[in-house]
Amino acid sequence: MSLIATLAQLEAVRAGRARPAATVRHRHLSDRPLVFVPLTTAGEAGAPLGALVGTDRDAPRLLVVPQPRDRDLRFAFLAELADIVLPYVESYTEAVEAAERTETDPETGKRVKVEVDLCADAAQVIVPSRAGVDFVRLLGRSMRFRRTAEQDPETPHPAPPRVPLLGRWLTHYGERARVPGSSLLLAMTDLLGRHWATGQSTLEDQHLGALLAWIDPPEDAPSGAEAALRAELARDADGQLLCPPAGPATDPAFDNRLLAPAIERYDRARTALAAAEDGPAADQRLGALTAAEREIRALVASRTRPTWDAVWRGLDLLRELPAGAHVEERWTRDRWSFTGHRDRILAGEPPQPRRDDAVTAANKLATREREQARLDAQEALDDPLVMAGRRLAGEAFAGEVMDVVMTYSEGKRPAPRPLVTVRTEDRPRLGERVKVYRSLGGRPQSAEFVEQAAEDLVVLRIVDKMGRGKEPEAGSVPEKGDRVCFTLFEHEQRGGAKLPDPERTPWTHGGPPGERAAVPEAPDPLTEEDVL
Amino acid sequence: MTTEAVPRTDAGAAFDPGAEAARATAAILHDTLHGTERGVVVDSPPGAGKSTLVVRAALELAAAGRPLMVVAQTNAQVDDLVLRLAEQSPELPVGRLHSSDADPYDKALDALDNVRKSAKAADLAGLPVVLSTAAKWAHVTVDEPWRHAIVDEAYQMRSDALLAVAGLFERALFVGDPGQLDPFAIVGSEQWAGLSYDPSASAVTTLLAHNPGLPQHRLPVSWRLPASAAPLVSDAFYPFTPFRSGTGPGDRALSFAVPSDGSGPDRVIDEAAASGWGLLELPAGHTPRTDPEAVGAVAAVVRRLLDRDGTAVSERSGPAPLTPARIAVGTAHRDQAAAVRAALAGLGVTGVTVDTANRLQGREYDVTVVLHPLSGRPDATAFHLETGRLCVLASRHRHACVVVCRAGVDALLDDYPSTEPVQLGTTVKFPDGWEANHAVLAHLARHRVTWRP
Repeated sequence: MSLIATLAQLEAVRAGRARPAATVRHRHLSDRPLVFVPLTTAGEAGAPLGALVGTDRDAPRLLVVPQPRDRDLRFAFLAELADIVLPYVESYTEAVEAAERTETDPETGKRVKVEVDLCADAAQVIVPSRAGVDFVRLLGRSMRFRRTAEQDPETPHPAPPRVPLLGRWLTHYGERARVPGSSLLLAMTDLLGRHWATGQSTLEDQHLGALLAWIDPPEDAPSGAEAALRAELARDADGQLLCPPAGPATDPAFDNRLLAPAIERYDRARTALAAAEDGPAADQRLGALTAAEREIRALVASRTRPTWDAVWRGLDLLRELPAGAHVEERWTRDRWSFTGHRDRILAGEPPQPRRDDAVTAANKLATREREQARLDAQEALDDPLVMAGRRLAGEAFAGEVMDVVMTYSEGKRPAPRPLVTVRTEDRPRLGERVKVYRSLGGRPQSAEFVEQAAEDLVVLRIVDKMGRGKEPEAGSVPEKGDRVCFTLFEHEQRGGAKLPDPERTPWTHGGPPGERAAVPEAPDPLTEEDVL
Repeated sequence: MTTEAVPRTDAGAAFDPGAEAARATAAILHDTLHGTERGVVVDSPPGAGKSTLVVRAALELAAAGRPLMVVAQTNAQVDDLVLRLAEQSPELPVGRLHSSDADPYDKALDALDNVRKSAKAADLAGLPVVLSTAAKWAHVTVDEPWRHAIVDEAYQMRSDALLAVAGLFERALFVGDPGQLDPFAIVGSEQWAGLSYDPSASAVTTLLAHNPGLPQHRLPVSWRLPASAAPLVSDAFYPFTPFRSGTGPGDRALSFAVPSDGSGPDRVIDEAAASGWGLLELPAGHTPRTDPEAVGAVAAVVRRLLDRDGTAVSERSGPAPLTPARIAVGTAHRDQAAAVRAALAGLGVTGVTVDTANRLQGREYDVTVVLHPLSGRPDATAFHLETGRLCVLASRHRHACVVVCRAGVDALLDDYPSTEPVQLGTTVKFPDGWEANHAVLAHLARHRVTWRP
């Protein structure tokens, strides 16, 4: 953890309230995000218990699986979820704008510009916590290989029509969430944790209620710290948490004392209904079943609604911050990602494979590393508070220009190489030939470290962005008295090397994937444990 | 019939390092030049003549008329290989493929007539040997692959970097030190853990997972490490592939003209000069990373090493003065290195190398002063426990190594056993950092000098 983050945490402890960790908002927020608050069943991986989902904070849709082990009910839940999520996602696939992309021409092998569609906006999904992101990924994996009766009439347990498609979208969102700085799928705890520092550990910050209590304590609370403690621990007379966990896991006390008995009542009512011998008896027992189901729905609603409200409260807080200058650019990359997935689905491509092949994995890792470096640089450039952290770490310095001496490079056409002396109280880690960069109208200008003239005096030689002439263009060289800020990290990232196509995977990495897995992938086989 | 005394090669016989190393080298070159497999892997402990092997293999492949590309990981490594090649064979035409940045290669290369330098691979076509970094090679495309490649520091190369260049060659010799720092990614890569081609794993891990039958060799002798250091480094970091030092206990000596003044730094210097190791132990305490007392102690030891007018005697040369260029300071973090540099400048010391473990890989000095990665820490993270980090820091010296550390690291290790999640399908690396750290500490405890600055 960086020194400035530690300092902010210490200040938060002393003040009893969260301290800002950013002065601008570093992630894109949609005007109409889809909030998804899922709950899962304890001890059953991938068995949803229910969810609140929707784009209207006052009217969330409640989905419940009254018996989470019943696969038909689970499919019904997923089908309902698809009916809410897919129309939302698809509402963004139609509106496009024209854009250019460089592609390799298959015939000439040259890089050419191609006119393509780019979705004008993209769907954004917000979940309460990081565990929610994992749950989205898990749901995606459990759905995308399912076959519908239409795709395969022979399949023993056909999935409802749109469920595999939802699985593909959720998988895409889950994968995209791993790209640093992306905003298609965001966890509220991560969002708040990025913009505020609390007086608790990052692990404790995963509790949405506690995190919000630090940032925005209720008016009657003596301090954020006490409100956070209350959010974590306070229970009512029945032993239930006043602030239920943000999920998807539920509190064991809730599972044992409320949920398990309710599910048991539901199971009994169902068995009784199945055993009903005549119409009037069945009617009466159906009434009992409906009542039992309504009870479970009420329980799930009572555990998800506080989290739902907390997520929207978090969105309110974040929207008070102005967006960082580079947020839009990163969102455009998200739109490219969204458009790309839309096109793959339209083209009838198969679902994402269970495992990446060697080339895909390497490409993903390279992209994420590049995006991480880009994000680190852009956040610092967008936000003086983030830059302060980099300055404190010796990775940047700011100060006043004390002197500018014009010199020229040697050679046939001498180019300007002005020597700039900067007075700074920062302690940058400058060494021989270290390059530094500053933002000049949004473009990076490079300079070389020349010498440390005094403890607080750094001499730099500006080397580019001064035009082609012998005299530097106006405004391209700092002047005496200017405030400047140089970074030791680069502002823009170079593209990585082009990797071979997957079908040309070399021998060192096992050769082309087709040679190993000639059989197309099937979903996991059913085992005895699957059917309870 | 008379019986003749036949030389026996069982364990009791004297170990002849020169002969052992020559035998290993011959086998490697045979497999490289005449083997049928597409790859040969060579594990080399610290200072075992890896670069010498690479240069020799390159020359023999060139002599056999096989076009060769050499892949190293950093520009400094490439330039170093070019210089060594030119030294061994001044007539051999060599290509140095470099980036299009400013100052892409060592200026010393300009003085060599047989070295052609270019940023375009096409300009170097037809030369018997072309050298570059993995990053630069990744941008090269060829119609016809090279017959042969040598991949240097292959254990420090990431799997995805090998993926980008493996299409350029038909066969390759992979050389590296498995005990040094593993490559790392700046983002999480747990998603691919356990896959044979995990892009964040080392190139050799992926290569061997897909080609388990490749011949694997190892160099058995460290020419750098003194007799006092090789057993410890071998036991702690290479428990299943032991190696020996090329020199015996009496072959090297470090002495000082100025006698000890009885201070902590002087006592630990004398201990290290006599035994090869010294531990300067400061009082226990939790400190910031740039612990001013520990940094000051490191600087004081370096200052006294220079003030006391040291002389190093080795099998390579007669008595040689211990100059700043022959001393290095190793740290775990860059801010620690910066703090030590500042402290040294304050004591008027210049010319001593101060760097992190990552940057000291592959380098060699007479005496090293190491700030222990766990000194003063309240916790032992995976970063600080990494076996390779300690191995690099403890294996850069030809004569002596002084470790500066706060007391209590052994207790810290016991409080923080390794808790990294176990990933299915990944090869468990031995030894783990926890065990290696304990082994080194136990050895250093015998050479401890306690000091309160």
